[in-house]
Amino acid sequence: MTATISATSSKPDLVLQARALTCVRGERQLFADLDLQLNSGECLHVRGANGVGKTSLLRLLTGLSKPESGEILWNHHSIQEDPKQYHRELLFLGHRDALKEDLTALENLEMYASLDDISITHEQALSSLWRFGLRGREDLPVQYLSAGQKRRVLMARMAIHQAKLWILDEPFNALDVDAIQALQNLITEHLDIGGLVVLTSHQEIQVPYVRVLEL
Amino acid sequence: MSKVNNISTADSRWINWFKWSSPSTFYPVAGKLIPIFWALTAIFGIAGLWVSFFVAPVDAVQGQGYRIIFVHVPASWMSMLIYLVMAGWAGLGLIFNTRLSAMMAQALAPIGAWMAFLSLWTGAFWGKPMWGTWWVWDARLTSELILLFLYLGFIALQASIDNPRRADKAGAILALVGVVNVPIIYFSVKWWNTLHQGASVSLTKAPAMAQTMLWGMLLMTLCFWMYSIAVSLMRVRTLILERETHTDWVRQLNEVNH
Amino acid sequence: MNAFFAIIHRDLLLVMRRKSEVLTALFFFVVVTSLFPLGIGADGALLRKIAPGVLWVAALLSTLLGLQRMFAADYLDGALEQLILTPQSLVLLVSGKIAAHWLVSGLPLVLLAPIIGIQFDLDASSLYVLMASLLLGTPVLSLLGSIGAALTLGVRGGSVLMSLLILPLYVPVLIFGAGAVYANSVGLDITGHFSLLGALLILALAFVPWVSAAALKIAIE
Repeated sequence: MTATISATSSKPDLVLQARALTCVRGERQLFADLDLQLNSGECLHVRGANGVGKTSLLRLLTGLSKPESGEILWNHHSIQEDPKQYHRELLFLGHRDALKEDLTALENLEMYASLDDISITHEQALSSLWRFGLRGREDLPVQYLSAGQKRRVLMARMAIHQAKLWILDEPFNALDVDAIQALQNLITEHLDIGGLVVLTSHQEIQVPYVRVLEL
Repeated sequence: MSKVNNISTADSRWINWFKWSSPSTFYPVAGKLIPIFWALTAIFGIAGLWVSFFVAPVDAVQGQGYRIIFVHVPASWMSMLIYLVMAGWAGLGLIFNTRLSAMMAQALAPIGAWMAFLSLWTGAFWGKPMWGTWWVWDARLTSELILLFLYLGFIALQASIDNPRRADKAGAILALVGVVNVPIIYFSVKWWNTLHQGASVSLTKAPAMAQTMLWGMLLMTLCFWMYSIAVSLMRVRTLILERETHTDWVRQLNEVNH
Repeated sequence: MNAFFAIIHRDLLLVMRRKSEVLTALFFFVVVTSLFPLGIGADGALLRKIAPGVLWVAALLSTLLGLQRMFAADYLDGALEQLILTPQSLVLLVSGKIAAHWLVSGLPLVLLAPIIGIQFDLDASSLYVLMASLLLGTPVLSLLGSIGAALTLGVRGGSVLMSLLILPLYVPVLIFGAGAVYANSVGLDITGHFSLLGALLILALAFVPWVSAAALKIAIE
């Protein structure tokens, strides 16, 4: 399933491609011979029933799992060539929050910034948290935040990270209406500057330049 | 849809190599080889036992009881050889991502473990008449015990991981780490032995070997070797059937009832 | 290199927020070693003789108790995936985690050992040798243990299986470590033991982080 949309603005020329991707989990083959292409400013919404392989596809795209056969290309280079360079431009959010419960929101943010090789000041980290409605909660251990608030911390991380490709697995899970809107805005902003997004969701998403992939 | 590794290269040498690594090709070949190895086992076994019991002389010091070394020593050698081969197959499976190599390693592990156990058991039977105890902490027996633990660890790890591919790869790492550690462990145990001056007894200080004794051990080793190959081929065929049940070629086999 | 210290800082911070896990393993060391005199009798000569072995085995077991902590928490909350997906070398991050583990599980054993050693009637020279052997040996225990921890991530019965996998690998460290203390107590030369311990440490430092990183990637696939 391939389709291309011609870019009409001065966005960076980034492209994510997958060719003849076959995925096997345990003894089951989830999908075979899958092709996809995603260009700058586009969002790929992967849909399908539970268990059909959406998460597996996303994990293949990140490079966490290896496909049974086929290849994945970022800017026309296989992601196996220089995985660290690929990871530099990638942000992945999985089912689990990956926030350390015993650390505060601020500490989590700063820890991830330092691991992601992004230098931010204390003030920048704080203002990012405040932007997503966490003022007054920056110094609480994350275990005291609600599920929605934890996701907002992740949104703060997404805003800071400046990755080009976002791969998000069920990002709208457990979010209230405001948070959903905030995330959609964030994704739209990201697409506007030429970023790419691959996400799964059971809901309809209100984001421009969406293409749907049914597994 | 049968899972054959797709190597798209025009180099016919490479195609032949990887063709053998396909379970569907290997299965019938293994089937034909098994009777040959059983026959070799019987031949070497009979020859070896004959030499051990009738040709090799009675030992001046140890009497008839020493003859158990004709089982003990071959079992020790095989337990170490099998570990090397197992680690080799597992390593190949890890590097080339071939399932069959990993299955060979998985098939070999229980045989190696049995050899190690047999070596320990016969070592005890040798020790009792000689030194009055069932167990002596000499370097070789102690290292053999630790080798048995390494085998058991490998088997346990593969049994505990549900995903077969993950089990293959994790087992491979464990086997390779073990292979590197076995010489280190053996050296350290020998060191420990000399430090604590325990073993004035040593199973390695066997009396000067008569020529016939060496022949007996060699033949029995070959017997065990052929046996190991025969049993591992049988076991790998079972593993292939288990892990490839969903493929067409397995469903069409006569042996598989559906 | 920054990432190495960042990850150590993170792990130490996490330990500080939840001290009970670490303290339990250390208490285990103290309690287990105290059981031996209770089980055997307060015969000074006998205790001095068994002290190297007992203290070293207790150190092994205490390290094993703490090994689960190394990767399991990160695996369960998804942080491990994130660590793999950062631009940092996974080998560097794993080294950092092992270093943090040793700082928290191994170094305290080195510091506690003389106190326990006194219970076993060890003299000053034996205590020094004991501490030195643990100082060289406990990092190797953390390193080798990381392989077992990585291989058994998320596996049923993981901690017991991990112990079965790692204990055979610990044998050389135990032999050289306890052997050094024993040799010192009977007046033999200890440089050989320490050279070997040092060699094991260097070997482990060179290879283990790379192996454990590979094992982690396999566990996460």
